[in-house]
Amino acid sequence: MHALHQVLHAFFDLHSFTQDMPDVWAGFQINLKMMVIAEVLVLVLALALALLRGLPGPAAKPLRALAIAYTDFFRGTPIIIVAYFIGLGLPGLQLNFISTLSITTYGVIVLTLVYTAYVTEVYRAGIESVHPSQRAAARSLGLTYMQAMRYVIVPQAVRRVIPPLLNDFVGLQKDTALVSVIGVGEAAALAQNASSIDGNFVSYLVAAVFFILITIPLARFTDHLVATRERRERAQAF
Amino acid sequence: MPFVHVRGVSKWFGSLQVLKQIDLDVPEHNVVCLIGASGSGKSTLLRCLNLLEHVEEGEIVVDGQPLTNGKVDVNALRKKIGIVFQAYNLFPHMTVLQNVTLAPRKGLGVSRERSEEYARALLRRIGLEDKADEYPDRLSGGQQQRVAIVRALAMGPKLMLLDEITSALDPQLVSEVLNLVRELAGSGMTMILATHEMGFAREVADKVCFLDAGCILEEGPPAQIFSAPREPRTREFLARVLEAEKLA
Repeated sequence: MHALHQVLHAFFDLHSFTQDMPDVWAGFQINLKMMVIAEVLVLVLALALALLRGLPGPAAKPLRALAIAYTDFFRGTPIIIVAYFIGLGLPGLQLNFISTLSITTYGVIVLTLVYTAYVTEVYRAGIESVHPSQRAAARSLGLTYMQAMRYVIVPQAVRRVIPPLLNDFVGLQKDTALVSVIGVGEAAALAQNASSIDGNFVSYLVAAVFFILITIPLARFTDHLVATRERRERAQAF
Repeated sequence: MPFVHVRGVSKWFGSLQVLKQIDLDVPEHNVVCLIGASGSGKSTLLRCLNLLEHVEEGEIVVDGQPLTNGKVDVNALRKKIGIVFQAYNLFPHMTVLQNVTLAPRKGLGVSRERSEEYARALLRRIGLEDKADEYPDRLSGGQQQRVAIVRALAMGPKLMLLDEITSALDPQLVSEVLNLVRELAGSGMTMILATHEMGFAREVADKVCFLDAGCILEEGPPAQIFSAPREPRTREFLARVLEAEKLA
């Protein structure tokens, strides 16, 4: 009986739960802000990088190499180390612009840098999955390489990669909590504060609930998209 | 110089030579049919003519414009040369109308209204106007292939290249596509067809070329090629095709 009481107090104390909610919610708004800004940036930058990596011809080799180096570096480096680099390193440089940004901005930069690398690969897989005959058809009509990409290849590629892309965004949303290590006052950090004041772990549960509440709809939406596409493709097979 | 002038064209895929010293002349308003077994180089030759394949050796001149001197504007050239593929290659994420109007709008700068008007007129001619707003996967193979032909025609090409465009079709859908090609031939379109439809080649072609292992082994008017082929390889090929048609 005593053990159960301890568990309830440590994790599920209702009084602490309602008390911590406003605080953690205030922090969670920073998570929301970071994820939305980072996701928009990632969508655009990753597509640009994927296109760069797919450029044909020997003249584009340095650009391709640059894109490969970028994804290799940021996919290989733990996000927490990127966070230290950016969040502690850039302010330490004491440069005019880049050293005086807000700590939340550094958080967004970290998330954008890392997830752009992941999403670039997702886009690239999508672009490569479009059959070469589609490009041949577009080019044979006199469209330029970029026009063929823009109107024919990329629209098909994007449709195909929406599920894995949303998967990466679930990861990004959770990783907004990781940038607390550079001092962003987001939900996880504020939950930590509240935890030490309350002397229990209920505040973490509050933060967890917030994260789950925004992740579940995204996950169900992804499932829905996958299911719809499978239905359609099965229908086409007949 | 004839409308299409090909001299000494050779092409390799790695160490495999797929075209060997091809010479071909196609006067304007003529229809030339390329026949021969799979892998004999018919498709590759067609793809060389609009530079979808790089020509490694030899000379190609189309409408007085040299293609092989490295100075040609490929995008401008391809606007004059339409190609239709065996697998249709319609854009699956676009409606029929969008498929047909994309290149005129983005490549030629025609306004949306004018390109759609023209596209609808073309679709009406082939009896597919009511499919204008459908997506390609709602169309039969024959309908898709006719749309692919119209998509190429919407650019106002001076030369059409047709690459085995009925080979992927169910037999009962072949004729609707061939009728359209017949109509095009009648209107004076210069065309080069790679085809396995020997009866059709005999009917529409001004000249038939038999390709074998990357060479044009024999060429001549269809009556001569089909009735009195000179080369034993041509006779063999035609006998095999005839045999296959009987079995089907």
